[in-house]
Amino acid sequence: MDFEFFFKLFLGGLTRGSIYALIALGYTMVYGIIELINFAHGEIYMIGAFTALIISTVLTMLGFPALAVTLIAVAAAVFYACCYGYTIEKIAYKPLRTAPRLSALISAIGMSLFLQNYVLLAQTSDFLPFPSLIPDFEFWEPYAHIMSAAEFTIIITTVLVMVGLTFLIKFTQIGKAMRATSQDKTMAMLLGINVNRVISFTFIIGSGTAAIGGMLIASHIGQINFYMGFIAGIKAFVAAVLGGIGNIPGAVLGSLVLGWTESFFTGYISSDYEDVFAFLFLVLILIFRPSGILGRAETKKV
Amino acid sequence: MNLLQELKQSTIAAVWFMFLTFPLMVIKVNTVTKTIEWRWWNMAFIGIAFFFFSALWRFMHRRKEKNTETRSQDKKTTAIRRRLAERRFFVPIIVLLIIATLAFPHTFSLYQTNIMISALIYVMLGLGLNIVIGLAGLLDLGYVAFFASGAYAYALLNLHFGMSFWMVLPLGGLIGAIMGVILGYPVLRLRGDYLAIVTLGFGEIIRLVLENWNAFSKGPSGIANIPKPGLFGFDLTLQQHSVYLYYIIIALVIFTIFVINRLQDSRIGRAWIALKDDEIACQAMGIDKAGTKLRAFALGATWAGMAGVVFAAKTTFVNPASFTIWESVIILCTVVLGGMGSIAGVICGALMLILLPEYLRAVSEYRMLVFGAVLVLMMVFKPGGLIENVRKTYHYKEHGPTTAE
Repeated sequence: MDFEFFFKLFLGGLTRGSIYALIALGYTMVYGIIELINFAHGEIYMIGAFTALIISTVLTMLGFPALAVTLIAVAAAVFYACCYGYTIEKIAYKPLRTAPRLSALISAIGMSLFLQNYVLLAQTSDFLPFPSLIPDFEFWEPYAHIMSAAEFTIIITTVLVMVGLTFLIKFTQIGKAMRATSQDKTMAMLLGINVNRVISFTFIIGSGTAAIGGMLIASHIGQINFYMGFIAGIKAFVAAVLGGIGNIPGAVLGSLVLGWTESFFTGYISSDYEDVFAFLFLVLILIFRPSGILGRAETKKV
Repeated sequence: MNLLQELKQSTIAAVWFMFLTFPLMVIKVNTVTKTIEWRWWNMAFIGIAFFFFSALWRFMHRRKEKNTETRSQDKKTTAIRRRLAERRFFVPIIVLLIIATLAFPHTFSLYQTNIMISALIYVMLGLGLNIVIGLAGLLDLGYVAFFASGAYAYALLNLHFGMSFWMVLPLGGLIGAIMGVILGYPVLRLRGDYLAIVTLGFGEIIRLVLENWNAFSKGPSGIANIPKPGLFGFDLTLQQHSVYLYYIIIALVIFTIFVINRLQDSRIGRAWIALKDDEIACQAMGIDKAGTKLRAFALGATWAGMAGVVFAAKTTFVNPASFTIWESVIILCTVVLGGMGSIAGVICGALMLILLPEYLRAVSEYRMLVFGAVLVLMMVFKPGGLIENVRKTYHYKEHGPTTAE
């Protein structure tokens, strides 16, 4: 057994898992509150990456310094993703809050299709090269042979976002309101919580984290196109389900497990069936442990 | 005052969307030549469009609210429906429809006939998916996998064993059904939204396997030279082949309609509709939940399998690229637009969605964009579809006060 190869796959899996985690966090938050698979979440992630690319290219051409370009592009991408998340919720999900679940799901898949084709028509169907927004930090120089600065940034960002979200949900007032809303919307409303605002807020936060994930993975891989969000979104959903949907640390854990298994699978067995493997994994989890690793089993009341 | 408020709201919406779409719609960067293209016209266009869309949106919302209060539209549609069900209207309409469908390939060109065949394949797929979604209420996003298995069944069985179209047609249905059972058995215990994701994943698995397993399916290059269906060994010209295929698919569609119509009123059909409304109540009434759902899944898959065989015979070429997840979404869109659960609705929906883009070539690149918008808007404003399915209702006839002895 080649240890170096194993270690490389391990780190690759860690990076991959961290990226899934950034998308899965938004998924799991939205699902936790309104129990809806937001298919358009992957598209928000793609729109975040596209916005970052456009803004950074424009700024670079206008002659801004590199650091300013990165900061402004990141801020703009997160901001726009949040706006998109907010608008999508208002258009496609809010009118369906009392409708059967099937309707909301169909609306979500429609939104996803719409956004993909919107970007396809507004921009291009080609792959666009994505500038490396993450600089090669000097202090990281000695470790660069183990793991690139970009990978390091991805992992650190994921940890920060996870800690931040856990803090937000556990200790702030809006976090409390979010937990109350996810438990019982009607009761929350009776207690004076503005449920609409809480749901909007959840979509905004989820979209923001998705945009961060989108930029990180785009600058890691180096290219983007309009279709990048869909499969990534589905895989992030797999990860969220694996960890126990609605559970923040669960989403990260599930993402890491999925990242590692994919990495080892492609490294040791075959890279052709990478996506097949992710889906098979999902089917198996749902059959044998539908509540996920950290989730609690659900009891149904009649 | 009211008008002023409307104008204000529309303006806010227009400005918001102009802002929202600004980076993607206005700026287009070319990273190779390092040039920026500013498309301010797009921004103006978006502003104007959303000014009106927003007004329309609010108008539709108000109308929907009013309708749910008064149910006025329901009365109107049921009146039309009752009229149509009367014999003197119903019979001539059906006769006219039959004459029109029979005469179609002889009055229109070969090109039109071929388009119609594709549209009818989608009608069949829509009707099959309608069993799963419309009747049983299960969101199946991997429906195209069964379609693919039917198409590949014909391609491969013909390639290796030289089996003819007529032998494979029932087999394709059977293979679809078996696939439906294999997939359905483990996943049907899941809740609705998990089911959507798992079926989606399954659809992708099938496509990826077809793409990568070269020894089995010849990979991305696909299988070519699939023979068209034969007619007792006659030599048919290309034109005659198309006409023949057209009649085959018409017969299959009529068969589908017949079966689904009978299924709807049968014990199992009623069980599906009941399951869609309340699973727990159904179980309490002694309906086998998993078994009933599995039958819906398998029956839906059967039609997809047969449609796949016809598809392979029509195109004479299959490759995995024809069976992406978006194909499933298009089929879903036909069902949703037409009306979940309603046979006439699904037929109209499929014909509209497939034929319109064919004839409006100029705007066909916006096809998928429109499909996405259709899914969202239909769900928001008219979840029942264009031709809503009417539930069978039984009226209790009062015979006046019964006198107590």
